[in-house]
Amino acid sequence: MGFNTMIVIDHVSKQFQQRDGNRFKAIDDVSITIKEGEFVSLLGPSGCGKSTILNLIAGFDRQFDGTIKVSGESVKAPGPDRVVVFQEHGLFPWMTVLENVAFGLKQQGVGKKERLERAREQIRYVHLGKFADRYPHELSGGMKQRAAIARALIMNPKILLMDEPFAALDEQTRLVLHKELEDIWMKTGKTILFITHNIREAVMLSDRVLVMSTRPGTIKKEFVVQAARPRDSADPLIHHVERSVMDCLADEMEKVIKEEMDDDNYSFKKNDFHNRDISDMGGGI
Amino acid sequence: MIWEAAYRLIGWESWKFPSLFQTVESFYTGFAHGQLLDAIYNSLRRLFIAFAISLSIGMVLGLMFAKFKAIDDTIGFMVIALQTVPSIAWLPFAIIWFGFNDVSVIFITALGATWTMSIATRTGIKNIPPIYLRAAQTLGTGNGWRMFTQILVPGAFPHLMTGVRVSWAFAWRALVAGELIANGAGLGQLLQDGRGLGDTALMLNVVIIIAVLGTLSDHFCFKKLEDRLLVRYGLESNSKS
Repeated sequence: MGFNTMIVIDHVSKQFQQRDGNRFKAIDDVSITIKEGEFVSLLGPSGCGKSTILNLIAGFDRQFDGTIKVSGESVKAPGPDRVVVFQEHGLFPWMTVLENVAFGLKQQGVGKKERLERAREQIRYVHLGKFADRYPHELSGGMKQRAAIARALIMNPKILLMDEPFAALDEQTRLVLHKELEDIWMKTGKTILFITHNIREAVMLSDRVLVMSTRPGTIKKEFVVQAARPRDSADPLIHHVERSVMDCLADEMEKVIKEEMDDDNYSFKKNDFHNRDISDMGGGI
Repeated sequence: MIWEAAYRLIGWESWKFPSLFQTVESFYTGFAHGQLLDAIYNSLRRLFIAFAISLSIGMVLGLMFAKFKAIDDTIGFMVIALQTVPSIAWLPFAIIWFGFNDVSVIFITALGATWTMSIATRTGIKNIPPIYLRAAQTLGTGNGWRMFTQILVPGAFPHLMTGVRVSWAFAWRALVAGELIANGAGLGQLLQDGRGLGDTALMLNVVIIIAVLGTLSDHFCFKKLEDRLLVRYGLESNSKS
C-alpha cells in the first residue's frame, strides 16, 4: 500500500435546482482525502448525498463548488482510470458477458483476439468462466454484479468507485461477494471508494468508514477500522466499531424521521435500539 | 372456387373485376413475358434506394432531436407536423422540381419513411437507460462517434426495428402511389396500364403481388430479426423457440 494521496475532495458543495425553482443543497462543504490503496466507505441513509459525491468523482456531473482532484489532476470527464460499478450492474443487454467485459479494451483499441482472451481470463477470475457467452438477462443478480466487477477490473483502473454494488442482492450472495471483493482488493491494491447504507458491509470491508449526515449531506464522523485482514465477522473489534457507527447514525436517523413525520416528540434512541438486527440499518429510512 | 362460381352465377363483366381463371392466366403470361418481373424489379430498386436514403437521414435527424433540445423544439416539432401529411401530397411539388421521372418517385417514397424513422430514432435514444451511457463513459467511450455506434444505436435497436418496419410499410404505400402518377416502369405504372387497357386481371395481379411482397418482407426480414433481437435483449422470453 502506498501513501500517495489518490483522491482529494476539497470543500465541495453541490446544489440541485428543484422543479419548484428552489435550490436544494445535496452536499455541503465536504472534504475527503483518500490515499492510494485505501478502502474507504461512505455510509449514510438514502438521500444523504453519498452517490452525488461518487458521481462528482466519476465525472458524470461537473457542476459543483470546490475542487476534486484525482492523482493530482482535476476531474474533467468520466474515464477508465476510475471505473464505476453501479448498483444496477449496467451491463449492456445486447452483448454477451464476454463482449461486455471486453468492451473497455475495445475502446482502447486492443485487437479483437487479445481483448477476448484477456476478457475470458478476467471472467474466470470472478468465477464466471462457464457463463462467458451468456447474455446478462440470463444471469442471476450476483453473477451480473460479478460480471460488472470483471468489466471494471479489466481496465486495471487505479480507482474503483462502487455505488451500492451489492444493495440489490440477497444476504447470502452479498456475503460471498464481500469475501471476493476483499480478496480482489488485497491482491490488486486498488483504491476503492465504496458507497453503502449497510453498516455491517461498510465496517467489514473498509479501512475507514465515513458516516454522512443528511440534508445537506456532510461528513459527520470518521471511523478507522484496524481489524486484521482478511476480515473475520466474529472479530470483536468489528463489533465494537459497528456499535459506535450505529450510535452515530442513530442521531441522524432520529433527525430524518422527525423531519419526515413532522413530529418533534418522536424518539428513536429511547427504543432499545441495540437489540435490533444491526446488519442493515439505514436501508429502511 | 367461390370466386369463380360467383363470377359465373352473377355474371359481372370482366372489365369490372376479373374471374379466377383470367387472373391466373394473366399471372402466368405476365411472368412468361417478363412484364411482371420487370415491374417488380424496377419498383424494388426504387424502394431500396429510397429506403436507404430515408433510414440514413431519419437516423441522423432522430439523433439530433435526441441530443439537442433546441433542434428538437424547432425542427422536431415540425417533423411531427410533417409526419401527418401523406407523402403523396408532395408529389405535385416533386414533379415540378424533378419532372416525371424516377427521382420524383424516389423522393416521395423516401419522404414517407424519413419522418417516421427519425421519430422512432429519437424515441429509441431517449429511452436508453442513462446507466448504459454512464457505464460506457466510465469505460472510456467518450461522447462522440464511438458512443453513437456502440451504445446509442444498439441501445435504441428495439425502437429502431419498429421504426424500420413502419417506415417500410409507409415507403411501399408512397411508392405505389407515386408510380401510379409519375412515370417509369414499375408496379404502379403497370396498374395504370391495366386500367388503360381495361385489363382488370393484370390490375388484380399487381395488387396481389404488392400484398405478397409486403407480407413476405415484413415476415421474413423484419419480424424474424425483431423477434430474435427482443429475445437477445431479454425483452421477451425465448421459451417458445
